[in-house]
Amino acid sequence: MLCQECNMRPATLHFTKIVNGEKTEFHICETCAKEKGEMLPGTPNGFSIHSLLSGMLDFDSSTKSHSSGHTGPQNLQCKDCGMTYTQFSKLGRFGCPSCYQYFDSRLDPLFKRVHGSTGHVGKVPVRTGGRLKVKRQIDDLKKEMQQHIVQEEFEAAAELRDQIRKLEKEMTEE
Amino acid sequence: MPNIRFTEKPLSDWMRGDAEDSEIVISSRVRIARNLQHLPFPMLATNQQSEEVLQRLTDILQYDDLGRFGTFHTLKISELDEIDKQVLVEKHLISPNLANESRNGAVLISDDESVSVMINEEDHLRIQCLYPGCQVREAWERAMVIDDAFEAHVDYAFDDRRGFLTSCPTNVGTGMRASVMMHLPALVMTHQINRILSAVSQVGLTVRGIYGEGSEAVGNLFQISNQITLGQTEAEIIENLHGVVLQIIEHERSARERLMNESMLRITDRVMRSFGILSYAAVLDSKEAAQRLSDVRLGVDLGILERPSIAAMNELNVMTQPGFLQKSFGDKMNTGERDMYRAKLIRQKLGSTL
Ligand SMILES: [Zn+2]
Ligand SMILES: [Zn+2]
Repeated sequence: MLCQECNMRPATLHFTKIVNGEKTEFHICETCAKEKGEMLPGTPNGFSIHSLLSGMLDFDSSTKSHSSGHTGPQNLQCKDCGMTYTQFSKLGRFGCPSCYQYFDSRLDPLFKRVHGSTGHVGKVPVRTGGRLKVKRQIDDLKKEMQQHIVQEEFEAAAELRDQIRKLEKEMTEE
Repeated sequence: MPNIRFTEKPLSDWMRGDAEDSEIVISSRVRIARNLQHLPFPMLATNQQSEEVLQRLTDILQYDDLGRFGTFHTLKISELDEIDKQVLVEKHLISPNLANESRNGAVLISDDESVSVMINEEDHLRIQCLYPGCQVREAWERAMVIDDAFEAHVDYAFDDRRGFLTSCPTNVGTGMRASVMMHLPALVMTHQINRILSAVSQVGLTVRGIYGEGSEAVGNLFQISNQITLGQTEAEIIENLHGVVLQIIEHERSARERLMNESMLRITDRVMRSFGILSYAAVLDSKEAAQRLSDVRLGVDLGILERPSIAAMNELNVMTQPGFLQKSFGDKMNTGERDMYRAKLIRQKLGSTL
Protein backbone atom coordinates (compact mmCIF):
# COMPACT_ATOMS: atom_id res chain seq x y z
CA MET A 1 0.00 0.00 0.00
CA LEU A 2 1.36 3.41 -0.96
CA CYS A 3 1.46 6.44 1.28
CA GLN A 4 -1.62 8.56 0.66
CA GLU A 5 0.35 11.80 1.05
CA CYS A 6 3.20 11.27 -1.42
CA ASN A 7 2.02 8.21 -3.35
CA MET A 8 5.67 7.20 -3.60
CA ARG A 9 6.79 5.35 -0.52
CA PRO A 10 5.04 2.42 1.13
CA ALA A 11 2.69 3.45 3.93
CA THR A 12 3.88 2.13 7.27
CA LEU A 13 1.70 4.09 9.67
CA HIS A 14 -1.91 3.01 9.70
CA PHE A 15 -4.80 4.56 11.56
CA THR A 16 -8.48 3.97 11.63
CA LYS A 17 -10.64 6.93 12.51
CA ILE A 18 -14.22 6.20 13.39
CA VAL A 19 -16.56 9.12 12.75
CA ASN A 20 -20.19 8.49 13.62
CA GLY A 21 -19.70 4.80 13.22
CA GLU A 22 -18.08 5.29 9.82
CA LYS A 23 -14.51 4.11 9.52
CA THR A 24 -11.92 6.17 7.69
CA GLU A 25 -8.50 4.72 7.11
CA PHE A 26 -5.38 6.73 7.07
CA HIS A 27 -2.09 5.41 5.67
CA ILE A 28 1.15 7.36 5.48
CA CYS A 29 4.88 6.74 5.26
CA GLU A 30 7.34 7.76 7.96
CA THR A 31 8.91 10.45 5.80
CA CYS A 32 5.60 12.21 5.34
CA ALA A 33 4.72 11.74 9.01
CA LYS A 34 8.04 13.38 9.85
CA GLU A 35 7.49 16.23 7.43
CA LYS A 36 4.13 16.90 8.96
CA GLY A 37 5.90 17.37 12.27
CA GLU A 38 4.80 14.14 13.80
CA MET A 39 7.36 11.93 15.44
CA LEU A 40 8.02 8.30 14.73
CA PRO A 41 7.13 5.46 17.03
CA GLY A 42 10.02 3.91 18.86
CA THR A 43 12.23 6.96 18.56
CA PRO A 44 13.14 9.01 21.61
CA ASN A 45 10.51 11.61 20.82
CA GLY A 46 7.80 9.10 20.16
CA PHE A 47 5.20 9.42 17.48
CA SER A 48 2.72 11.89 18.69
CA ILE A 49 -0.77 10.47 18.52
CA HIS A 50 -1.57 13.72 20.31
CA SER A 51 -0.96 15.85 17.26
CA LEU A 52 -3.33 13.67 15.30
CA LEU A 53 -5.84 13.92 18.10
CA SER A 54 -5.48 17.63 18.48
CA GLY A 55 -6.33 18.00 14.80
CA MET A 56 -9.56 16.19 15.49
CA LEU A 57 -10.29 18.29 18.56
CA ASP A 58 -9.60 21.58 16.83
CA PHE A 59 -11.88 20.63 14.00
CA ASP A 60 -14.53 19.79 16.53
CA SER A 61 -14.36 23.13 18.32
CA SER A 62 -14.24 25.27 15.17
CA THR A 63 -17.33 23.73 13.62
CA LYS A 64 -19.43 23.68 16.73
CA SER A 65 -18.55 26.98 18.40
CA HIS A 66 -20.73 29.08 16.07
CA SER A 67 -23.94 27.32 16.90
CA SER A 68 -23.49 26.83 20.62
CA GLY A 69 -23.60 30.52 21.57
CA HIS A 70 -22.11 31.82 24.83
CA THR A 71 -21.05 28.53 26.32
CA GLY A 72 -18.55 27.76 23.58
CA PRO A 73 -16.05 25.06 24.43
CA GLN A 74 -13.29 27.67 24.74
CA ASN A 75 -14.94 28.83 27.98
CA LEU A 76 -14.77 25.42 29.58
CA GLN A 77 -12.12 25.15 32.25
CA CYS A 78 -11.18 22.49 34.79
CA LYS A 79 -11.52 23.99 38.26
CA ASP A 80 -9.04 21.53 39.75
CA CYS A 81 -6.00 21.88 37.52
CA GLY A 82 -6.90 25.03 35.57
CA MET A 83 -6.65 23.50 32.13
CA THR A 84 -8.96 25.09 29.57
CA TYR A 85 -10.69 23.17 26.80
CA THR A 86 -8.66 25.15 24.29
CA GLN A 87 -5.41 24.00 25.91
CA PHE A 88 -6.71 20.47 26.02
CA SER A 89 -7.52 20.53 22.32
CA LYS A 90 -4.00 21.79 21.52
CA LEU A 91 -2.18 19.30 23.75
CA GLY A 92 -4.50 16.36 23.21
CA ARG A 93 -4.06 15.47 26.86
CA PHE A 94 -6.03 16.05 30.04
CA GLY A 95 -4.46 17.84 33.00
CA CYS A 96 -6.05 15.87 35.81
CA PRO A 97 -8.82 13.32 36.45
CA SER A 98 -11.36 16.13 37.06
CA CYS A 99 -10.91 17.46 33.51
CA TYR A 100 -13.11 14.55 32.42
CA GLN A 101 -15.99 16.08 34.40
CA TYR A 102 -15.47 19.69 33.39
CA PHE A 103 -15.11 18.87 29.69
CA ASP A 104 -17.76 16.17 29.80
CA SER A 105 -20.20 17.93 27.48
CA ARG A 106 -17.56 17.89 24.74
CA LEU A 107 -16.21 14.39 25.16
CA ASP A 108 -18.81 12.07 23.66
CA PRO A 109 -18.03 13.02 20.03
CA LEU A 110 -14.30 12.72 20.68
CA PHE A 111 -14.57 9.28 22.27
CA LYS A 112 -16.90 8.16 19.50
CA ARG A 113 -14.26 9.08 16.97
CA VAL A 114 -11.32 7.57 18.78
CA HIS A 115 -12.95 4.47 20.23
CA GLY A 116 -16.29 4.15 18.45
CA SER A 117 -17.86 4.21 21.88
CA THR A 118 -18.37 6.52 24.86
CA GLY A 119 -18.84 4.27 27.88
CA HIS A 120 -16.63 1.91 29.88
CA VAL A 121 -17.67 -1.72 30.16
CA GLY A 122 -14.43 -3.20 31.45
CA LYS A 123 -12.77 -3.76 34.80
CA VAL A 124 -14.01 -1.96 37.90
CA PRO A 125 -11.59 -1.21 40.74
CA VAL A 126 -12.62 -2.45 44.17
CA ARG A 127 -11.94 0.72 46.14
CA THR A 128 -13.20 3.50 43.88
CA GLY A 129 -15.61 1.59 41.66
CA GLY A 130 -17.86 0.06 44.34
CA ARG A 131 -21.06 1.75 43.20
CA LEU A 132 -20.56 0.73 39.60
CA LYS A 133 -20.05 -2.87 40.64
CA VAL A 134 -23.39 -2.85 42.46
CA LYS A 135 -25.09 -1.09 39.55
CA ARG A 136 -23.88 -3.75 37.13
CA GLN A 137 -24.98 -6.45 39.56
CA ILE A 138 -28.46 -4.89 39.68
CA ASP A 139 -28.60 -4.74 35.87
CA ASP A 140 -27.71 -8.42 35.63
CA LEU A 141 -30.34 -9.36 38.21
CA LYS A 142 -32.97 -7.34 36.36
CA LYS A 143 -32.21 -9.18 33.13
CA GLU A 144 -32.43 -12.48 34.95
CA MET A 145 -35.74 -11.43 36.54
CA GLN A 146 -37.19 -10.57 33.10
CA GLN A 147 -36.29 -14.05 31.89
CA HIS A 148 -38.14 -15.62 34.78
CA ILE A 149 -41.18 -13.43 34.13
CA VAL A 150 -41.22 -14.39 30.45
CA GLN A 151 -41.09 -18.04 31.47
CA GLU A 152 -43.83 -17.40 34.07
CA GLU A 153 -41.58 -18.46 36.95
CA PHE A 154 -42.97 -15.84 39.26
CA GLU A 155 -41.63 -17.18 42.50
CA ALA A 156 -38.06 -17.01 41.26
CA ALA A 157 -38.73 -13.55 39.82
CA ALA A 158 -40.03 -12.30 43.16
CA GLU A 159 -36.93 -13.56 44.91
CA LEU A 160 -34.74 -11.63 42.50
CA ARG A 161 -36.93 -8.53 42.88
CA ASP A 162 -36.27 -8.59 46.63
CA GLN A 163 -32.55 -8.92 46.06
CA ILE A 164 -32.63 -5.98 43.65
CA ARG A 165 -34.55 -3.82 46.15
CA LYS A 166 -32.06 -4.63 48.87
CA LEU A 167 -29.09 -3.67 46.67
CA GLU A 168 -30.80 -0.46 45.53
CA LYS A 169 -31.49 0.49 49.13
CA GLU A 170 -27.86 -0.11 50.08
CA MET A 171 -26.75 2.13 47.25
CA THR A 172 -28.93 5.08 48.24
CA GLU A 173 -27.86 4.77 51.87
CA GLU A 174 -24.18 5.18 51.01
CA MET B 1 24.93 3.99 42.68
CA PRO B 2 21.60 2.55 41.59
CA ASN B 3 21.30 -1.11 40.79
CA ILE B 4 21.85 -1.33 37.06
CA ARG B 5 22.19 -5.06 36.62
CA PHE B 6 19.31 -4.77 34.15
CA THR B 7 21.51 -3.02 31.64
CA GLU B 8 24.38 -5.48 31.78
CA LYS B 9 22.94 -8.46 29.97
CA PRO B 10 21.09 -8.08 26.69
CA LEU B 11 18.54 -10.85 27.07
CA SER B 12 15.99 -10.69 29.84
CA ASP B 13 15.44 -14.00 31.62
CA TRP B 14 11.81 -13.97 30.53
CA MET B 15 12.93 -14.16 26.87
CA ARG B 16 14.91 -17.38 27.31
CA GLY B 17 12.17 -19.94 27.63
CA ASP B 18 10.67 -21.83 24.75
CA ALA B 19 7.21 -20.54 24.03
CA GLU B 20 4.33 -21.40 21.76
CA ASP B 21 4.64 -20.10 18.20
CA SER B 22 7.91 -18.38 19.08
CA GLU B 23 9.24 -18.97 15.58
CA ILE B 24 6.80 -16.27 14.44
CA VAL B 25 5.69 -14.39 17.54
CA ILE B 26 8.64 -12.91 19.37
CA SER B 27 6.91 -11.50 22.41
CA SER B 28 3.60 -10.49 23.95
CA ARG B 29 3.15 -7.43 26.07
CA VAL B 30 0.29 -5.92 28.06
CA ARG B 31 0.50 -2.45 29.49
CA ILE B 32 -2.11 -0.82 31.67
CA ALA B 33 -2.27 2.85 32.60
CA ARG B 34 -3.55 3.96 36.00
CA ASN B 35 -3.66 7.25 37.89
CA LEU B 36 -4.15 8.26 41.49
CA GLN B 37 -7.24 10.19 42.54
CA HIS B 38 -7.03 13.90 43.36
CA LEU B 39 -3.64 14.50 41.78
CA PRO B 40 -2.86 16.14 38.43
CA PHE B 41 -1.42 13.87 35.72
CA PRO B 42 2.40 13.92 35.49
CA MET B 43 2.43 16.54 32.71
CA LEU B 44 0.90 19.14 35.05
CA ALA B 45 2.08 17.83 38.41
CA THR B 46 4.37 20.03 40.49
CA ASN B 47 7.66 18.61 41.59
CA GLN B 48 6.21 17.99 45.04
CA GLN B 49 3.14 16.25 43.63
CA SER B 50 5.14 13.93 41.41
CA GLU B 51 7.38 13.14 44.36
CA GLU B 52 4.30 12.23 46.36
CA VAL B 53 3.16 9.90 43.58
CA LEU B 54 6.57 8.26 43.49
CA GLN B 55 6.62 7.85 47.26
CA ARG B 56 3.13 6.41 47.52
CA LEU B 57 3.62 3.94 44.70
CA THR B 58 7.07 2.73 45.73
CA ASP B 59 5.86 2.34 49.33
CA ILE B 60 3.54 -0.41 48.07
CA LEU B 61 6.60 -2.57 47.42
CA GLN B 62 6.89 -3.20 51.15
CA TYR B 63 3.61 -5.13 51.11
CA ASP B 64 3.58 -8.82 50.34
CA ASP B 65 1.13 -8.64 47.44
CA LEU B 66 3.84 -7.89 44.92
CA GLY B 67 6.36 -10.30 46.43
CA ARG B 68 5.02 -13.31 44.57
CA PHE B 69 6.22 -11.83 41.30
CA GLY B 70 9.79 -11.83 42.53
CA THR B 71 11.80 -9.08 44.05
CA PHE B 72 11.29 -5.66 42.53
CA HIS B 73 14.16 -3.24 42.09
CA THR B 74 13.54 0.48 41.97
CA LEU B 75 15.49 2.59 39.52
CA LYS B 76 15.12 6.35 39.59
CA ILE B 77 15.49 7.73 36.10
CA SER B 78 17.41 10.80 37.25
CA GLU B 79 20.11 8.56 38.72
CA LEU B 80 20.78 6.67 35.49
CA ASP B 81 23.28 7.75 32.88
CA GLU B 82 22.24 8.23 29.25
CA ILE B 83 23.51 4.87 28.02
CA ASP B 84 21.80 2.89 30.78
CA LYS B 85 18.55 4.67 29.99
CA GLN B 86 18.94 3.86 26.32
CA VAL B 87 19.61 0.18 27.06
CA LEU B 88 16.46 0.00 29.22
CA VAL B 89 14.52 1.45 26.29
CA GLU B 90 16.08 -1.05 23.88
CA LYS B 91 15.04 -3.88 26.21
CA HIS B 92 11.51 -2.41 26.32
CA LEU B 93 11.73 -2.07 30.11
CA ILE B 94 11.03 1.67 29.98
CA SER B 95 9.50 3.90 27.34
CA PRO B 96 11.47 6.61 25.51
CA ASN B 97 9.06 9.06 27.08
CA LEU B 98 10.03 8.03 30.62
CA ALA B 99 13.73 8.15 29.74
CA ASN B 100 13.57 11.66 28.34
CA GLU B 101 10.83 13.70 29.81
CA SER B 102 9.66 12.51 33.16
CA ARG B 103 10.02 14.32 36.46
CA ASN B 104 10.49 12.03 39.44
CA GLY B 105 10.26 9.17 36.99
CA ALA B 106 11.12 5.70 38.16
CA VAL B 107 10.76 2.11 37.13
CA LEU B 108 10.22 -0.97 39.26
CA ILE B 109 11.61 -4.05 37.55
CA SER B 110 11.08 -7.65 38.63
CA ASP B 111 14.07 -10.00 38.91
CA ASP B 112 13.40 -11.78 35.64
CA GLU B 113 12.48 -8.48 33.95
CA SER B 114 9.06 -9.77 32.93
CA VAL B 115 7.29 -7.06 34.91
CA SER B 116 8.19 -3.41 34.75
CA VAL B 117 6.20 -0.69 36.43
CA MET B 118 6.77 2.85 35.24
CA ILE B 119 6.00 5.71 37.59
CA ASN B 120 5.37 9.28 36.44
CA GLU B 121 5.43 8.48 32.77
CA GLU B 122 2.47 9.97 30.86
CA ASP B 123 0.32 8.47 33.62
CA HIS B 124 1.16 8.02 37.28
CA LEU B 125 1.40 4.27 36.91
CA ARG B 126 2.04 2.04 33.93
CA ILE B 127 2.21 -1.65 34.63
CA GLN B 128 3.80 -3.69 31.89
CA CYS B 129 4.07 -7.46 31.59
CA LEU B 130 6.19 -9.15 28.96
CA TYR B 131 6.02 -12.78 27.87
CA PRO B 132 7.87 -14.67 25.13
CA GLY B 133 5.93 -16.00 22.15
CA CYS B 134 2.19 -15.74 21.77
CA GLN B 135 1.11 -15.43 25.40
CA VAL B 136 -0.97 -12.29 25.36
CA ARG B 137 -3.59 -13.90 27.64
CA GLU B 138 -0.97 -14.83 30.21
CA ALA B 139 0.52 -11.33 30.08
CA TRP B 140 -2.94 -9.86 30.60
CA GLU B 141 -3.77 -12.10 33.53
CA ARG B 142 -0.56 -11.20 35.28
CA ALA B 143 -1.04 -7.48 34.61
CA MET B 144 -4.50 -7.68 36.19
CA VAL B 145 -3.14 -9.35 39.33
CA ILE B 146 -0.40 -6.77 39.72
CA ASP B 147 -2.98 -4.04 39.11
CA ASP B 148 -5.06 -5.48 41.98
CA ALA B 149 -2.00 -5.55 44.23
CA PHE B 150 -1.48 -1.81 43.71
CA GLU B 151 -5.18 -1.05 43.91
CA ALA B 152 -5.38 -2.65 47.35
CA HIS B 153 -3.32 0.26 48.69
CA VAL B 154 -4.24 3.35 46.63
CA ASP B 155 -7.39 4.92 45.21
CA TYR B 156 -7.33 5.00 41.42
CA ALA B 157 -8.90 7.79 39.37
CA PHE B 158 -11.98 6.02 38.04
CA ASP B 159 -15.30 7.19 36.65
CA ASP B 160 -18.40 5.00 36.32
CA ARG B 161 -19.01 6.08 32.75
CA ARG B 162 -15.48 6.59 31.42
CA GLY B 163 -13.62 3.91 33.34
CA PHE B 164 -9.98 4.42 34.31
CA LEU B 165 -9.08 8.04 33.71
CA THR B 166 -5.87 8.58 31.78
CA SER B 167 -3.86 11.55 30.64
CA CYS B 168 -4.44 10.78 26.97
CA PRO B 169 -7.98 10.27 25.66
CA THR B 170 -6.76 7.33 23.59
CA ASN B 171 -6.15 5.24 26.74
CA VAL B 172 -9.31 5.97 28.75
CA GLY B 173 -11.59 3.11 29.79
CA THR B 174 -9.56 -0.02 30.31
CA GLY B 175 -6.27 1.88 30.11
CA MET B 176 -4.98 -1.25 28.46
CA ARG B 177 -2.72 -1.67 25.47
CA ALA B 178 -1.95 -5.25 24.49
CA SER B 179 0.60 -5.89 21.79
CA VAL B 180 2.30 -8.72 20.05
CA MET B 181 5.61 -8.52 18.20
CA MET B 182 5.64 -10.66 15.07
CA HIS B 183 8.36 -11.66 12.62
CA LEU B 184 6.70 -11.90 9.20
CA PRO B 185 9.39 -12.27 6.51
CA ALA B 186 7.43 -14.64 4.26
CA LEU B 187 4.41 -12.35 4.13
CA VAL B 188 6.74 -9.49 3.20
CA MET B 189 8.57 -11.53 0.53
CA THR B 190 5.33 -12.73 -1.04
CA HIS B 191 3.90 -9.18 -1.03
CA GLN B 192 0.89 -10.17 1.05
CA ILE B 193 1.82 -8.07 4.04
CA ASN B 194 -0.02 -4.87 3.14
CA ARG B 195 -3.24 -6.67 2.40
CA ILE B 196 -3.08 -8.42 5.74
CA LEU B 197 -2.07 -5.36 7.71
CA SER B 198 -4.85 -3.28 6.25
CA ALA B 199 -7.34 -6.02 7.12
CA VAL B 200 -5.99 -5.95 10.66
CA SER B 201 -6.53 -2.21 10.92
CA GLN B 202 -10.19 -2.72 10.08
CA VAL B 203 -10.88 -4.68 13.22
CA GLY B 204 -9.74 -2.04 15.69
CA LEU B 205 -6.07 -3.00 15.79
CA THR B 206 -3.02 -1.00 14.76
CA VAL B 207 0.18 -2.20 13.25
CA ARG B 208 3.52 -0.58 13.27
CA GLY B 209 6.90 -1.55 11.99
CA ILE B 210 9.92 -1.59 14.21
CA TYR B 211 12.25 1.24 13.50
CA GLY B 212 16.01 1.30 13.43
CA GLU B 213 18.24 4.32 13.41
CA GLY B 214 16.99 5.30 9.99
CA SER B 215 13.40 5.95 9.11
CA GLU B 216 12.48 2.64 7.50
CA ALA B 217 10.83 -0.33 9.13
CA VAL B 218 13.47 -3.01 9.34
CA GLY B 219 13.86 -6.66 10.13
CA ASN B 220 10.34 -7.69 9.08
CA LEU B 221 9.16 -7.07 12.62
CA PHE B 222 5.63 -5.82 13.20
CA GLN B 223 3.88 -4.88 16.38
CA ILE B 224 0.15 -5.43 16.46
CA SER B 225 -1.88 -3.85 19.21
CA ASN B 226 -5.38 -2.81 20.16
CA GLN B 227 -6.38 0.72 19.24
CA ILE B 228 -9.61 0.89 21.22
CA THR B 229 -9.65 1.06 25.01
CA LEU B 230 -13.21 2.27 25.64
CA GLY B 231 -16.42 0.33 25.07
CA GLN B 232 -14.87 -3.13 25.06
CA THR B 233 -14.02 -5.34 28.01
CA GLU B 234 -10.42 -6.33 28.60
CA ALA B 235 -11.32 -9.92 27.75
CA GLU B 236 -12.85 -8.85 24.41
CA ILE B 237 -9.78 -6.80 23.54
CA ILE B 238 -7.45 -9.68 24.37
CA GLU B 239 -9.52 -12.26 22.49
CA ASN B 240 -9.79 -10.03 19.43
CA LEU B 241 -6.03 -9.50 19.35
CA HIS B 242 -5.27 -13.14 20.07
CA GLY B 243 -7.64 -14.33 17.34
CA VAL B 244 -6.13 -12.01 14.76
CA VAL B 245 -2.59 -12.99 15.74
CA LEU B 246 -3.42 -16.68 15.32
CA GLN B 247 -4.73 -15.95 11.83
CA ILE B 248 -1.62 -14.01 10.90
CA ILE B 249 0.52 -16.91 12.18
CA GLU B 250 -1.39 -19.23 9.86
CA HIS B 251 -0.87 -16.92 6.88
CA GLU B 252 2.85 -16.58 7.63
CA ARG B 253 3.20 -20.37 7.99
CA SER B 254 1.53 -21.09 4.69
CA ALA B 255 3.57 -18.35 2.98
CA ARG B 256 6.74 -20.00 4.36
CA GLU B 257 5.62 -23.37 3.08
CA ARG B 258 4.90 -21.93 -0.32
CA LEU B 259 8.30 -20.26 -0.45
CA MET B 260 9.98 -23.54 0.39
CA ASN B 261 7.98 -25.44 -2.23
CA GLU B 262 8.29 -22.91 -5.02
CA SER B 263 11.65 -21.28 -4.49
CA MET B 264 13.68 -23.31 -2.08
CA LEU B 265 16.99 -22.63 -3.81
CA ARG B 266 16.42 -18.89 -3.88
CA ILE B 267 15.45 -18.79 -0.18
CA THR B 268 18.33 -21.04 0.81
CA ASP B 269 20.73 -18.81 -1.11
CA ARG B 270 19.38 -15.70 0.54
CA VAL B 271 19.60 -17.20 4.03
CA MET B 272 23.14 -18.51 3.52
CA ARG B 273 24.35 -15.23 2.02
CA SER B 274 22.98 -13.33 5.00
CA PHE B 275 24.60 -15.78 7.37
CA GLY B 276 27.87 -15.38 5.47
CA ILE B 277 27.74 -11.61 5.58
CA LEU B 278 26.93 -11.55 9.29
CA SER B 279 29.78 -13.99 9.92
CA TYR B 280 32.44 -12.04 8.01
CA ALA B 281 31.44 -8.41 7.52
CA ALA B 282 33.66 -5.68 8.97
CA VAL B 283 31.01 -2.96 8.91
CA LEU B 284 27.26 -3.36 9.42
CA ASP B 285 24.74 -0.59 9.72
CA SER B 286 21.71 -1.21 11.89
CA LYS B 287 19.34 -1.59 8.97
CA GLU B 288 21.41 -4.21 7.19
CA ALA B 289 22.06 -6.04 10.44
CA ALA B 290 18.34 -6.22 11.17
CA GLN B 291 17.51 -7.44 7.67
CA ARG B 292 20.26 -10.09 7.68
CA LEU B 293 19.28 -11.22 11.17
CA SER B 294 15.71 -11.57 9.92
CA ASP B 295 16.92 -13.80 7.07
CA VAL B 296 18.94 -15.93 9.48
CA ARG B 297 16.02 -16.26 11.88
CA LEU B 298 13.87 -17.42 8.96
CA GLY B 299 16.62 -19.84 7.94
CA VAL B 300 16.68 -21.38 11.39
CA ASP B 301 12.89 -21.71 11.42
CA LEU B 302 12.90 -23.36 7.99
CA GLY B 303 15.64 -25.78 8.97
CA ILE B 304 18.11 -24.33 6.46
CA LEU B 305 20.43 -23.40 9.34
CA GLU B 306 20.86 -25.30 12.58
CA ARG B 307 22.14 -22.36 14.55
CA PRO B 308 22.01 -19.82 16.14
CA SER B 309 19.21 -20.59 18.55
CA ILE B 310 16.14 -18.39 18.71
CA ALA B 311 17.33 -17.15 22.11
CA ALA B 312 20.68 -16.16 20.59
CA MET B 313 18.84 -14.32 17.81
CA ASN B 314 16.73 -12.43 20.33
CA GLU B 315 19.91 -11.56 22.15
CA LEU B 316 21.54 -10.25 18.99
CA ASN B 317 18.52 -8.09 18.21
CA VAL B 318 19.07 -6.23 21.47
CA MET B 319 22.88 -6.33 21.48
CA THR B 320 23.14 -4.64 18.09
CA GLN B 321 21.15 -1.59 19.21
CA PRO B 322 23.15 1.63 19.67
CA GLY B 323 22.77 1.84 23.45
CA PHE B 324 23.85 -1.68 24.06
CA LEU B 325 26.83 -1.41 21.70
CA GLN B 326 28.08 1.55 23.67
CA LYS B 327 27.46 -0.30 26.90
CA SER B 328 29.54 -3.28 25.66
CA PHE B 329 32.41 -1.43 24.03
CA GLY B 330 32.48 1.64 26.19
CA ASP B 331 32.13 5.35 25.63
CA LYS B 332 30.12 7.35 23.18
CA MET B 333 30.64 6.35 19.59
CA ASN B 334 29.67 7.88 16.30
CA THR B 335 27.65 5.99 13.71
CA GLY B 336 30.71 4.70 11.86
CA GLU B 337 32.25 3.27 15.00
CA ARG B 338 28.96 1.70 15.96
CA ASP B 339 28.73 0.00 12.55
CA MET B 340 32.20 -1.44 13.06
CA TYR B 341 31.52 -2.68 16.59
CA ARG B 342 28.14 -4.05 15.54
CA ALA B 343 29.85 -6.19 12.90
CA LYS B 344 32.51 -7.27 15.38
CA LEU B 345 29.94 -8.26 17.98
CA ILE B 346 27.88 -10.29 15.51
CA ARG B 347 31.02 -12.02 14.18
CA GLN B 348 31.98 -12.99 17.72
CA LYS B 349 28.51 -14.19 18.53
CA LEU B 350 28.13 -16.26 15.37
CA GLY B 351 31.74 -17.43 15.46
CA SER B 352 31.21 -18.95 18.83
CA THR B 353 28.37 -21.03 17.46
CA LEU B 354 30.05 -22.14 14.24
ZN1 LIG C 1 4.57 9.61 2.04
ZN1 LIG D 1 -8.14 19.12 35.34
